[in-house]
Amino acid sequence: MSILVDKSTRVVVQGITGREGAFHAARCKEYGTTVVGGVTPGKGGSRHDGFPVWNTVEEAVTKEGANCALIFVPPAAAADAIMEAAAAGVPLIVCITEGIPVSEMVRAKHFLAGTSSRLIGPNCPGLITPGQAKVGIMPGHIHQPGPVGVVSRSGTLTYEVVGQLTSRGIGQSSCVGIGGDPIQGTSFVDILRLFGEDPETRAIMMIGEIGGTAEEEAAEFIKKQVKKPVVAFICGQTAPPGRRMGHAGAIIAGGKGTAAEKMKALEAAGTTLVKSPAEMGATVAKVLGR
Amino acid sequence: MKIHEHQAKALLREFGVPVPNGEVAETPQQAKAIAERLGARVVVKAQVHAGGRGKAGGIKLADDPAGAERAAAEILGMRLKTPQTPPEGILVGKVLVEEASAVERELYLSVTLDRGRSAHVVMASEAGGMEIEEVAATTPEKILREWAHPALGLSDFQARRLAFGLGLEGEQFKQGASLIRNLFALYLAKDCSLAEINPLVVTKDVRVLALDAKLNFDDNALFRHKEITALRDIHEEDPLDVEASKFGLNYIKLDGNVGCMVNGAGLAMATMDIIKLAGGEPANFLDVGGGASPEQIENAFRILSSDPSVKAVFINVFGGILRCDRLAEGVIAAVKKLGLRLPVVIRMEGTNVELGKKMLAESGLPLTTADDMAEGARKAVALAKS
Repeated sequence: MSILVDKSTRVVVQGITGREGAFHAARCKEYGTTVVGGVTPGKGGSRHDGFPVWNTVEEAVTKEGANCALIFVPPAAAADAIMEAAAAGVPLIVCITEGIPVSEMVRAKHFLAGTSSRLIGPNCPGLITPGQAKVGIMPGHIHQPGPVGVVSRSGTLTYEVVGQLTSRGIGQSSCVGIGGDPIQGTSFVDILRLFGEDPETRAIMMIGEIGGTAEEEAAEFIKKQVKKPVVAFICGQTAPPGRRMGHAGAIIAGGKGTAAEKMKALEAAGTTLVKSPAEMGATVAKVLGR
Repeated sequence: MKIHEHQAKALLREFGVPVPNGEVAETPQQAKAIAERLGARVVVKAQVHAGGRGKAGGIKLADDPAGAERAAAEILGMRLKTPQTPPEGILVGKVLVEEASAVERELYLSVTLDRGRSAHVVMASEAGGMEIEEVAATTPEKILREWAHPALGLSDFQARRLAFGLGLEGEQFKQGASLIRNLFALYLAKDCSLAEINPLVVTKDVRVLALDAKLNFDDNALFRHKEITALRDIHEEDPLDVEASKFGLNYIKLDGNVGCMVNGAGLAMATMDIIKLAGGEPANFLDVGGGASPEQIENAFRILSSDPSVKAVFINVFGGILRCDRLAEGVIAAVKKLGLRLPVVIRMEGTNVELGKKMLAESGLPLTTADDMAEGARKAVALAKS
């Protein structure tokens, strides 16, 4: 079992004729994901690296039954690409693009609220259900199927924890990168709820970072509604205030959003807190009784 | 991105937000001439990208042009140290000389993003002149908020509600409501991440004025605002930060002595954390990005080695898009070109890790390797101390 993506996922790649889009469409297909084709406005009817290309997302939906959009469109046009996918009725939209202006995400998120689409990201590595479907840019080979649900705001730090889990023989049910921007389509709470309901997920590894209050909201939710063990790590314990640490959303502003506050809230919610990023895999193993 | 107060005030003026009359001076003589032109009591304000200037002696009142000259002579060339500046302070190169206002009331007004609601929020308070965080902590009921509609923006009734809430009446009310609308329009048009007026004042001659102004901009939107990027003052930034930004590297100078080079912001922060846990202090945050080229790796390595406080370098990479062989190629090229002044610890994992390790071993360079991040951090911290 898994959340959000599996064998039935049919991916259309928006921006498939770009360097990143083409590269990752091929990697996703190699992993076994069904990639039905791509969209680049103005290049419809052509083929790119063997994939059919359409002018609109709507065509991919009607002709090939695409039920997931993976977006590599450049930042200036990415919010529009998100809205196009939602308007075409695509239920799951995964936006990898980094650097979308905040004001455009404000509008795109409002647009999504009137649809039944779910957005993952932007500025995220995507998501994977090991052995079934990879919809993102993560290295597929480090994953293996198993009982741990992973949710994170970071990309490479997620690979780090997955690497630590797999090397201990512990697999993952699904791994979701929700992204490092201040406005996210899907929150920790949304993913925690899905992992909570997924019968195959037996433990959850959550990786947060400084900035915003998403981790505090997750702590509230965990306390009230998550019955499964949750292991949490917050990065940025040594980050100085007022400086944006790479991710647009990772900034301690006005004394808010510190790692210490987030760790306190998560600990109070009954999660198992990991202080060192080197101990994430070992801690999950302990929680699972291995 | 941040800009200076005088630049922010020019933008406010352009958008119809009233500010005191004033001009920028780079010498005491210029300050005197400006004060003569203004023909009134003036305030001389240091132009640096940091708050808390008043308490640090960076803002002075002057009764006449001679006084303005003296004030400017004291402020220009000083190293202004406030809680928001680096410990050594910021060198003041410019002052804003503006008409002093007879203040009746000090208010607060700002626009920023409310992440929780995914909407822009306008905040106003009668507790002007204070740190808004302090007001939020002690008397949260004194902060009024209006959330702008994501597509329609701030409506007139919302601006009126805020103006009434600030206790403005009659002519002041009209000016206040219009000022709030105009500030929001500026925030949106220029893709600000923060537009803050603290204090917003009501003067004894019944005007509503932005006495101070702070505008920060969404870095992601700068591509469509060449007029804003032109306002960037690189003298306010750390020279290494500026150098790194030329190569698309995400670098922030910190106080420690263990330089780190990492791919991905989250892993970069986690690497800083683990250095601290190993008993060391990170010298920087450096994210080379998901798909760094060997050239970027080389430049990143050069920037780390040029920081005199760095005593050891820890390279921590989990190869996804960035393959370990490309990392190894970049590091080997950099060391061959720049020499190896510092001990370097490399930990890599992920895509093509075996090939990368083989390349490093065959290069014959005296690099220390580590199998996981804890071991890498321990070794780097020990080397930095030796």
